[in-house]
Amino acid sequence: MSSYSFRLYVTGETTLSREAEANLRALCKNRLVDDYEIGIVDILEKPDVAETEHIIATPTIMRLAPSPLLRVIGDLSDQERAARAFGLPHAEDSRRGDGLGDK
Amino acid sequence: MTNKVEPVTKLPTGIAGLDHIALGGLPANRMTLVAGTTGSGKTLFGLEFLMKGILQFDEPGVFVTFEESPSDLRKVMAAFDYDIEGNEAAGKWIFIDATLTSSPQDAVVGDYDFGALVARIGHAVRSIGAKRVVLDSTGSLFSRFSESGHVRFELFRLAGSLRDMGITSVLTMETSGESSALSQFGVEEFVADNVVVLRNTLEEAKRRRTLEILKLRGAAHRSGEWLFTIVAGEGFIVIPISLLGSKEVASSERVATGNTEFDRMCGGGYYRDSAIIVSGPTGIGKTLIATQFVGAGVAQGERSLLFSFEESRDQLIRNAASWGLDLEMMECSGNLEIVCEYPEMASLEDHFVRMKHVIEQNRPVRLAVDNLTALERVATARGLRDFIIGMTSFVKRQEITSLFTSTTRTLVGGSSITEDHISSIADAIVVLRYVELAGEVRRAVTLLKMRGSVHDHRVREFSIDGEGMQVGSAFDQNVGILGWTPGGESMI
Repeated sequence: MSSYSFRLYVTGETTLSREAEANLRALCKNRLVDDYEIGIVDILEKPDVAETEHIIATPTIMRLAPSPLLRVIGDLSDQERAARAFGLPHAEDSRRGDGLGDK
Repeated sequence: MTNKVEPVTKLPTGIAGLDHIALGGLPANRMTLVAGTTGSGKTLFGLEFLMKGILQFDEPGVFVTFEESPSDLRKVMAAFDYDIEGNEAAGKWIFIDATLTSSPQDAVVGDYDFGALVARIGHAVRSIGAKRVVLDSTGSLFSRFSESGHVRFELFRLAGSLRDMGITSVLTMETSGESSALSQFGVEEFVADNVVVLRNTLEEAKRRRTLEILKLRGAAHRSGEWLFTIVAGEGFIVIPISLLGSKEVASSERVATGNTEFDRMCGGGYYRDSAIIVSGPTGIGKTLIATQFVGAGVAQGERSLLFSFEESRDQLIRNAASWGLDLEMMECSGNLEIVCEYPEMASLEDHFVRMKHVIEQNRPVRLAVDNLTALERVATARGLRDFIIGMTSFVKRQEITSLFTSTTRTLVGGSSITEDHISSIADAIVVLRYVELAGEVRRAVTLLKMRGSVHDHRVREFSIDGEGMQVGSAFDQNVGILGWTPGGESMI
């Protein structure tokens, strides 16, 4: 069982979807080595999921583990801010002081 | 948005009065922006748009809510006797809950779109075959996603997606009060080339709700602000309901005024389905003219309706008895209905709707309203004018002869605020005035205007006795009974 678990919600095979997936994978690889798992949900195929999760913008990325649940919207093009939003350890030095995101 | 000129197909909304003003309805397969301040009725407009679609045209609808929870909205509509849950169960109505409270505040990192929202709407639309979609209220999107330019662009794309789905949609947006602030987020320029503005203002210490269509893709529509009201059981109603579509074929048939000599003055009586205004100072006999008018109807077996906003039922009956008219017996005959109400009991719009109800139930041939000036207490001058236009065109369409009384502010001469606004609407104006003659106050009556009719233009004296109104001979020419002396100055 990985320490970190993410779910990426996208709408079809758009540039945004691809960017978000690539950025999320790069982010995890840099910061979490291999202690993570990523699931991808295409809302076009499963609109019910967007309904129950109350998602209106895509890409939306959820950090399912560890708790608490965190949600970030966007293609994560800014790795630094994305890491902070998800409370991820820093790649080189471990400046975790400013770790737990925007909120 | 292109400015290409193409014929605009309109979708009847079913909202009472709106389709008249919009000359058919809102542009079909398009998005219409409904803008207004807090409490201006935007959400109700949206709810009504969907509900009327289902009830009148069997067009299912999707309601996307950004601010109020679906359960709150169900409660709101239950207060109007609308059963949303029943329609949800029947597959006619779907809520999409896009409220902020339903999801945690999300951080935004990088680029995004509203693809998920579009997908949810698309899914809902397909699952019930929806024809209408409401997005209420999108102002909160701008506070949730700080870059307003981006949100605007996404709404623009959303409008496009809905158009592709063949959806006629309403998008509501909060404005901050001034009409100039309509473009707070610049939405109307980017998203919708159809804009309706709702206003809820205090004017002369009276609350006034209005609806105005700013543009409909260049298609024709009525301009100006229109009063609207929100009524339990009926929902959202734009007034005047029947300014259009009133049959303007004037009748040449005459109806008795209730006084033989006065009939003669009028050239044989009032015209059937005309609107008559009786103007005069307090106590001169306006109620008498109204009462004898309905009395004449009842005597001929015509259903008559008398609205009294000034006198109580007892007063009315007592006064009528002193003129030889037995209102209670007329009521027993089943041909007379008297409705007494205090003007302050309701807003003018609500009075309109209630009166319309009573008229529709009673289907009278004659209608008397005593007195318009009393209604002025709950209305602005402009509101009253709209009210009278709405009421007269409504009753004319039903071929009802209507008589309205109006009180002048001064005892001698002068005109009332009411009359300034309504004299052009009336088909006939009966003027009653006090005249001082040789140290004696006497009563005078004249017909100031009578649509296309040969009538007595003279000023006649009249008196009131146990048999009602007695019209006498004409006054001398040199008496300025209308309040103007030959010199031109008003007497008071």
